Amino acid sequence: MSDVMLRLENIDKFYGAIDVGVHAVKNVSMDVAKGDIIALLGSSGCGKTSTLRMIAGFEATSRGKIHLAGREVQNLRPVLRNVAMAFEGYSLYPTVTVRENIAFALKSTNLSAQKVAEKVKEISDMLEISDILDRSPMSISGGQQQRASLARALIREADLYLLDEPMGQLEPQLRTLLRGRIKHFIKERGQTAILVTHDQTEANALGDKIAVMENGEMQQYASPSQIKERPANLFTGTFVGEPPMNVFPATATLADDNIRLQLEGSLELNYPKSRFADEVCSKLIETKHVIIGVRPYAVKRGTNGAKATVIANQWLGDQSHIAASFANGTIVLVEHDRAAVSEGEDIVIEIDPSDLHIFDPHSGDALSHGRDLV
Amino acid sequence: MEQVSTLERILRGIAISFVIIFFMFPILWIFLMSFQTNETILQVPPQLFFEPTIVNYEGLITGQLETAAGSLKIEFMGNLFNSLFLSTAAVIVGLILGVPAAYAFARLKFKGSEDIAFTLLSFRFAPPLLVLLPLTIYFQKIGLADTYVGLIWVYQLIVLPLILWIVRGYFEDIPADIEYAYRIAGHGFWSTFRKIALPLAGPGIAAAGLLAFIFSWNNFIFALVLASADKQPVTVGALAFITASGINYGQIAAGIVLSIAPTFALAMYAQRYLVEGLSLGAVKG
Ligand SMILES: Nc1ncnc2c1ncn2[C@@H]1O[C@H](COP(=O)(O)OP(=O)(O)O)[C@@H](O)[C@H]1O
Ligand SMILES: [Mg+2]
Repeated sequence: MSDVMLRLENIDKFYGAIDVGVHAVKNVSMDVAKGDIIALLGSSGCGKTSTLRMIAGFEATSRGKIHLAGREVQNLRPVLRNVAMAFEGYSLYPTVTVRENIAFALKSTNLSAQKVAEKVKEISDMLEISDILDRSPMSISGGQQQRASLARALIREADLYLLDEPMGQLEPQLRTLLRGRIKHFIKERGQTAILVTHDQTEANALGDKIAVMENGEMQQYASPSQIKERPANLFTGTFVGEPPMNVFPATATLADDNIRLQLEGSLELNYPKSRFADEVCSKLIETKHVIIGVRPYAVKRGTNGAKATVIANQWLGDQSHIAASFANGTIVLVEHDRAAVSEGEDIVIEIDPSDLHIFDPHSGDALSHGRDLV
Repeated sequence: MEQVSTLERILRGIAISFVIIFFMFPILWIFLMSFQTNETILQVPPQLFFEPTIVNYEGLITGQLETAAGSLKIEFMGNLFNSLFLSTAAVIVGLILGVPAAYAFARLKFKGSEDIAFTLLSFRFAPPLLVLLPLTIYFQKIGLADTYVGLIWVYQLIVLPLILWIVRGYFEDIPADIEYAYRIAGHGFWSTFRKIALPLAGPGIAAAGLLAFIFSWNNFIFALVLASADKQPVTVGALAFITASGINYGQIAAGIVLSIAPTFALAMYAQRYLVEGLSLGAVKG
């Protein structure tokens, strides 16, 4: 496979002794195709930075192999790996100006001073830092330092760009603007990048694929639409998506020709068996106790379904978020018109079976997704 | 800010004045003594007002000590030069050896590195006399006794551990990622050390060098045992003021003033480096 730029093979990272210390990254494997941008998404402390640092070579792998541009690199010194990195803590050189910080990244390339200056100008224009090039990194804001650090990484020619939360400190407007520019910059040059973020919008906007990590484990590695439509497990299902997916424990039984999903609070959802594929049906009945998930925008108000009581109704300017007590929990609905329901009002919840995600409550793994049912 | 009452402020002022007087008085007294002759100094009760004279300084600079018993030749200026030369050379050698070692101890953690670093520090715990006796014998055998090279070498016992431990702390305070960022851009280990680590630890290195200089300057015992008259620093040379016919306090005082002047000036000049060194904290994290 010549088009694989990076391959992680069963990477483990322990801080401290193997099998004894902090297990920060657990058996992670992934292939990154040349020219792809991968968004590494996960909550704080889940092992994103550790993964990047192992790829760059600043941390040794405890187990596993790293292939980069056709070479096995896990034992190679950082300088020989040909990667560029924007650090989470910026790590600018405080003794020289922002301009020199960026230009230092090109010193070993033997480019002429004029060519270096051109490149610095191009990249600093793109990242809106041209006006602070002659300042000391100590005298500029966190957001500016972050962009200087990003410029220092992107200006290089490298096989792989590792960007650790490169926009975390930026104002929302600037972030949206730069997101587009950075994507264009990387794509135009056919570069390969891994971008760490805990912002879903950023992951969706920039990533050709999203790698979802939690607790050191890779939860799912797939395209943004796959992650959304076919979450591999309960974690990905509830972690990705705003507002988060509604989940409820349910007991599945077969009554006549109906699949009955018994919820808590003596509620039930009934669907004709014919609306489920045969194998899904048998899986449901066999597992019996499952967790059902439904995205807020797929929950509908109707006349034929289960009862819920409205707790809150918020109009956000372009959509209504309705929260209602349902099955001993809370269900959230998103509607695109201003919903005319008020607190305390009873509504009837309708969920189309094709919008149901069904998970095994023990392993958390997805049993089936709505789209597969019909 | 809490409110400070007038009374508290006055009490504080008195306390501070007391401390300052307590520490400054001997220095001030010596300064005054250096402009007096033995007769005025030894008056009982001591006089606060006297006719200043510069004979003490004259004597030191010309090397002719006039005592009651007659004229005596002393090497004070030579001693002063020796002090300057020995301390400067010892600090330069100490920095050349100690700074890279400190960097290695800060960045390369290997099995036993902590033990080696501690062993080097432990040189400071050993009583100097314990080291000196065997050293004297060795030095005489290999011809290093009574040479500048030999002395500078022995001075490393004082200078190296000091530089190593202070500078190591400064290197450890530099976030490793700053160096990583430089290294993955294709810069080598040596150039990272020179271009990134050294400038960032600069204030710390200056502070360590300054302290090492002062410690070397104040050293007495090494030079007393290992050096003859023409290689002696002021600390040892000052013994010459104690003569069979008495002690010339005025000249000792003048000698002290002249010998603390360089370290005093250096400390004043380097003060800002010490302050800068402390504010290095701003690059952390
Ligand atoms: N140098 C280190 N020593 C010990 N534990 C560490 C170190 N760096 C990170 N960790 C631990 O490893 C886990 C993953 O950290 P990290 O990779 O920084 O997460 P993320 O970047 O996703 O926030 C955390 O539990 C963190 O405390
Ligand atoms: Mg991180």
